[in-house]
Amino acid sequence: MTSAVEFASVTRHFGSASAPIKAVDGVDLTIAEGAFFAMLGPSGSGKTTCLRLISGFESPSSGVIRIFGEDVSATPPHLRNVNTVFQDYALFPHMNVRDNVAYGLMVKGMSRSARYARAEEMLSLVKLSSYGDRKPGQLSGGQRQRVALARALVNEPRVLLLDEPLGALDLKLREAMQDELKALQKRLRITFVFVTHDQHEALSMADSLAVFNDGRIAQIGTPEQIYAAPRTRFVADFVGSSNVVPPAMTAALGGPVQWSSLRPEATSLAATGPVTGTITALRYQGSSTRAVLRCGETDIAALIPTGQPIPEIGSTRAFTFAPGALHVMAGE
Amino acid sequence: MRSDRASPLLKITATLGLLFLHVPILLIFLYAFTTEERTYQFPPPGLTTQWFAAAWARPDIWEALALSLKVALIATFLAMILGTLVSAAMSRAKFFGREQITLLILLPIALPGVITGISLRSAFGLMDIPFSTWTIILGHATFCIVIVYNNAVARFRRLSGGVMEASADLGANAFQSFWYILLPNLGTALLAGGMLAFALSFDEVIVTTFTAGQQATLPIWMLEELIRPRQRPVTNVVAMVVFAATVVPILLAFYLTRNGSETAGAGK
Repeated sequence: MTSAVEFASVTRHFGSASAPIKAVDGVDLTIAEGAFFAMLGPSGSGKTTCLRLISGFESPSSGVIRIFGEDVSATPPHLRNVNTVFQDYALFPHMNVRDNVAYGLMVKGMSRSARYARAEEMLSLVKLSSYGDRKPGQLSGGQRQRVALARALVNEPRVLLLDEPLGALDLKLREAMQDELKALQKRLRITFVFVTHDQHEALSMADSLAVFNDGRIAQIGTPEQIYAAPRTRFVADFVGSSNVVPPAMTAALGGPVQWSSLRPEATSLAATGPVTGTITALRYQGSSTRAVLRCGETDIAALIPTGQPIPEIGSTRAFTFAPGALHVMAGE
Repeated sequence: MRSDRASPLLKITATLGLLFLHVPILLIFLYAFTTEERTYQFPPPGLTTQWFAAAWARPDIWEALALSLKVALIATFLAMILGTLVSAAMSRAKFFGREQITLLILLPIALPGVITGISLRSAFGLMDIPFSTWTIILGHATFCIVIVYNNAVARFRRLSGGVMEASADLGANAFQSFWYILLPNLGTALLAGGMLAFALSFDEVIVTTFTAGQQATLPIWMLEELIRPRQRPVTNVVAMVVFAATVVPILLAFYLTRNGSETAGAGK
């Protein structure tokens, strides 16, 4: 299978040559064709710069970017077969929805009737069939996003880039759009690459993801791999709410002298165990209660299934975990 | 409960204020038709349209009018190009000293005309540039640029930077992005800025006095004419022309930017 997007030791520096700010620092990345790929990371981690490197609004300081095998490192944005759904949608305010959607076809010289027919198809794809005559200003946030989606998809891009696509929507709309985007991607079989800082969004939508930290990729894998087997403390901490266990405690729990992670749902409180601590917080979550156990300098979260006795805050407890749940991390 | 109706006292004061501002303009129109050519006595002894014919026949008026039009058109043209470019740059770039540069761009309109005028005059003198139509045009362009800049920069800011990127992303080349996206969004602002600049240039006196050689623009010609005792109403006829040439563009500019802000605001 060809890879849709490939980064070979791509670096992007900003600022002066003597004191460069490395927004993207030696990234190697392969995105498979047809993937729903997420770039996850806190703000300033380089994920948006990576997206702009694919769309062509940034060019690499060094390294090579290939789209479907073709080196595009020096190709300007308008000559790349890649389209973007912008974070603020960037709809053209003076054009109605139909002209917005048909814009990409118009600049390629397609006739009015042909491009309007295609625009209508796209609008019905995003369930906005009767909105063609409206101006962007007359639409809600969710509708504007659908227009932005239709406008990008009308060009039949081989890769669709989405920059924080759900960031501006409220929670309920966001969840609905997550399902819809996923279904759309399955149907169109286009490679989707999206940027987000929301780990839940990345885990639930993507079929593989890269976690960014400080301009580098901390880990690439499927959501299951990343959640269950984080490679570094940063990934364990940022993705999901894993317990990060320092080397000494890992050793006490029967592992090597290395950092490890332990998921709260695999951890339970016990009367005795190798490590004891004090209960400092309890949070009822419906199906379970999340207890935080302070063991020296380290907080360990454990889930108590609803129905089981809840200890008091300040009481001393140990903890146990399911066999094999202690994941020793390879990186720092 | 607050009443929407203004109090009678406020109405009367407002009416008096507006009358004070605008009756003199009406008087100018009235005395363009008077039969008395030396003094402005009230009421006018008789009414005539002969001064229109007299003004029409005077070559010095035509010369002044042609010069004013030429200066205003070229100054506006220069200002539209330079003002648009500088506003495009300033709305996008972020650099150290940006606020100071903005102040420098705005300064020509904040400075009193005498300062602009005398500094230009001495600069032209130092550089041995003879006073001509072109020195007047340069003088006018200094403040016309500010007018165009102010109109365009507001529109550039409202135009989220993303739309130009979106256009390129969708396959448009730089010229297509400019033609289909930038120009339609900027057009009314530029037109309004250009009209205001034209109107300002057309009736400018102070900077013109300092930068003109022997030429007289229409406002300068009027100033000189007021001292002479003969054919006074001809000046009033010319005043009506100046009035029409400046008020119409200003009204149009007002109308255009009002509409423009609605369409631009709709993009938010």
